Amino acid sequence: MNQKIPFLFLLLGLSALLLGAFFGVLITLQYIYPEFLKETLAFNRLREFHVSTLIGWLILTATGGIYYYISKVLNVPLYSKKLMTIQFSILLICSIAIYFSFLFGKMGGREYLTYHPIISFPILIAWIVFAINYFKTLVGKIQNWPVYLWMWGTGIVFMIYHFSEAHLWLIPSIRENFIRDITVQWKSYGSFVGSWNMLIYGTAIFLMSKIKNENTVGRGKVAFFFYFLGLSNLMFGWAHHTYFIPTQPWIRIVAYAMSMSEWIIFLSIIISWKKSLNQQDKIKGNFAYKFLLATDFWVFVNLFIALLISIPYINLFTHGTHITVAHSMGTTIGINTTILLASAMFIAYKENAKIIESNTKIIKLGYWLFNVALVGFLTMLMLGGVARSKWIFLSDKATSFGEMQTSIQPLIVVFLFFGVVLFIGLLFISIPLIKVFLNKVRKEKSL
Amino acid sequence: MGLLFIFVEMEITKKLAHKNKMVMAIIVIVFLGYNFFIYTQEPPIEAQKMSELAILGEKIYQDNNCTACHQFYGLGGYLGPDLTNVISAEGKGSMYVKAFLNSGVKTMPQFNFSEEEKEALVAFLEAVDETGHYPIYEAAQNFGWVSIKYKK
Ligand code: HEC
Repeated sequence: MNQKIPFLFLLLGLSALLLGAFFGVLITLQYIYPEFLKETLAFNRLREFHVSTLIGWLILTATGGIYYYISKVLNVPLYSKKLMTIQFSILLICSIAIYFSFLFGKMGGREYLTYHPIISFPILIAWIVFAINYFKTLVGKIQNWPVYLWMWGTGIVFMIYHFSEAHLWLIPSIRENFIRDITVQWKSYGSFVGSWNMLIYGTAIFLMSKIKNENTVGRGKVAFFFYFLGLSNLMFGWAHHTYFIPTQPWIRIVAYAMSMSEWIIFLSIIISWKKSLNQQDKIKGNFAYKFLLATDFWVFVNLFIALLISIPYINLFTHGTHITVAHSMGTTIGINTTILLASAMFIAYKENAKIIESNTKIIKLGYWLFNVALVGFLTMLMLGGVARSKWIFLSDKATSFGEMQTSIQPLIVVFLFFGVVLFIGLLFISIPLIKVFLNKVRKEKSL
Repeated sequence: MGLLFIFVEMEITKKLAHKNKMVMAIIVIVFLGYNFFIYTQEPPIEAQKMSELAILGEKIYQDNNCTACHQFYGLGGYLGPDLTNVISAEGKGSMYVKAFLNSGVKTMPQFNFSEEEKEALVAFLEAVDETGHYPIYEAAQNFGWVSIKYKK
C-alpha cells in the first residue's frame, strides 16, 4: 500500500526533535545570561517553544509508527486513509498555531499547554479521529489482541480523557476552588504522560516481538499483568506529584501505595536482565535493537530515581527542585526518545537499508554522544536540585533566591555543554533517518 | 494429539482474552468512581472561594505564563522562587509583590502592569496563600509517609 502520511508524521516528529533540542540550548543560555533574548522572546515564551515542540516529537513519531506498523507490518488495511490525512493536517495546522501563539505572546493556557486554550479544541478532535480510525481498523480484524494493541488503544482513549481533564479549569466551579483545581490539573498531567507512555511502551514491546521474531512476546499472562499494573499507575499513581497540596489525606495515601507497586516492575527488570543480554549477540548491528538496549539501561536508572522520589519523605526534599526535572527529562529523553529512535530506525531499515548501512559510523557516533551526554546532563540537574533543596531547607533565610541561583551557575554551564553534545548526537542519528523518510515521501504517489 | 494441543492452546488464549476484558472493566469502574471523588472533593481547609478579582489575577498569571519560572506547592518552572506563601512570608507581602512585578530584575521579564492588574495578581496570590503552607518545614514522618500541616 502506498502512503505518505505515516512518513510525514515521522518527518515532522524528527524535525520537532531537532528543533526542540535546539530551543533547549537557547533557554539554557537564558539561564546563564539573563539578558539573552529577554526583549524579544523572554524565557516565559521561549521555554514553551522547547516544551511544546518536544511533546510534539513524542506524539507525532509514536503516531506515525503506529500507522506504519498496522498497515505495513501487521498488514491490516486502514479503515480510512482520509481520517489519517485529516488527523495529520489538523496537528500540522495546530503546531503552527501554537508557535504563533507563543511568538505573539497570546497565551493563557497552563503548564505544558501554555498556548491559547482554543487551540486545544482541534487537537482533541484529531485524537478522536485517531481513536475512530484505530478501533475501526483493528476491532474484529485480529484475534486476541497482543498487549501492544491494547496499549496503543488505551493510550489513545486515555489521552482523549486526560487531555480533556486538563481543561476542566475552564469550568468556573472547578476554578473557584484553588486546591481542587490544582489537584485536577496535576492529576491530568501525570495521566496524560502515562497515556503517551502507553503509546510508546507499546511500540517498544511491538519492536521487541518483531526484532526477536517471537510472536509470543506480548501475549502471555505476565505481559498482561504488567500492562494492568501500568494502567493502574496511569490512573491512580499521578498523585505523588501532589503529596504536599493540602488535599484529603486518602488521595495521597492511594498515590503512595500505587507508586510503590512499581517496585515489582523494577525487580522484574533485574531478573530478566541476564536473559535479554544473552540475546544480544544474535542481533548484533541492528540499530533498532541497540537503541532498545539503551532504553533498558535508562528505564533501570530512571525507575530507580522515580521510586525513590515517590517516597513522600524523600519527595519532601526533592519536590520543587531540579531533581524533578532530572526525572522528567530522564524519562522523556532516556526512555521515550530511545524507543522512538529505535522505532524510526526499524522503519528506515525496512524501507531503505542502504542509507542506514552507509551511515553506520555516524549513527554509532551519535548513539554514544547521546548516551554519554545524557549521563552528564542528568547528573548536573541532580546536583542543581540538591543545591536548591539545601537552600530551601538548610540555609538561613538571609540567603536570597538570586544568591542561590548564582551559586549554581557553574553547574548550568556544564549542563549546557552536555546539552550541546546531546544535540549533536541527535543530529548525527536523525539526519540519515530524515533522508530515508524524505526519499519515501518523494516517491510515494498517494497520501 | 497435535490438534488437541492446538485446541487446548486456543481455549486458554480465549479464556485469557475474556479475563483481560473483565479486569479492564473492573479497573475502569474503580477509576470512574475515584475521579468523581477527586472532582468533587472538599479540601480539609476552609479556604474561601476565589473572588472574581482573584480569578482575574489568575488569568493574568496564565496570560503571562508566570508558571514558566514560578511554582505553587512546588509545581511549575524553577527559574524563580515558589510563590505559595509569598504574601504571608516574613518581610514580604502585598506591597513587596506589587513592587516586584514591574521591576524586571534578573531573568524576570519587564512587565508593565497597570495598578488594577497588580491588584488582581495580589488578590490571586492572597487567595493561594490562604490555602496552605509550602515548603513544609515541620513535617512528621513515619515509614516514609509525611503528614502535612493544614491551615485552619
Ligand atoms: C523568566 C522568569 C520569570 C517569569 C516569567 C516571572 N518571574 Fe517572577 N521572579 C523571577 C525571578 C528570577 C525572581 C527572583 C528575583 C530575585 O530574587 O533575585 C522572581 C521573583 C518574583 C517575586 C518575588 C518573590 C519572592 O519571594 O521574593 C514575585 C512576587 C514574582 N516574581 C511574581 C511574578 C509574576 C506574578 C509573574 C507573571 C506575571 C512572574 N513573576 C513572572 C523570574 C520570573
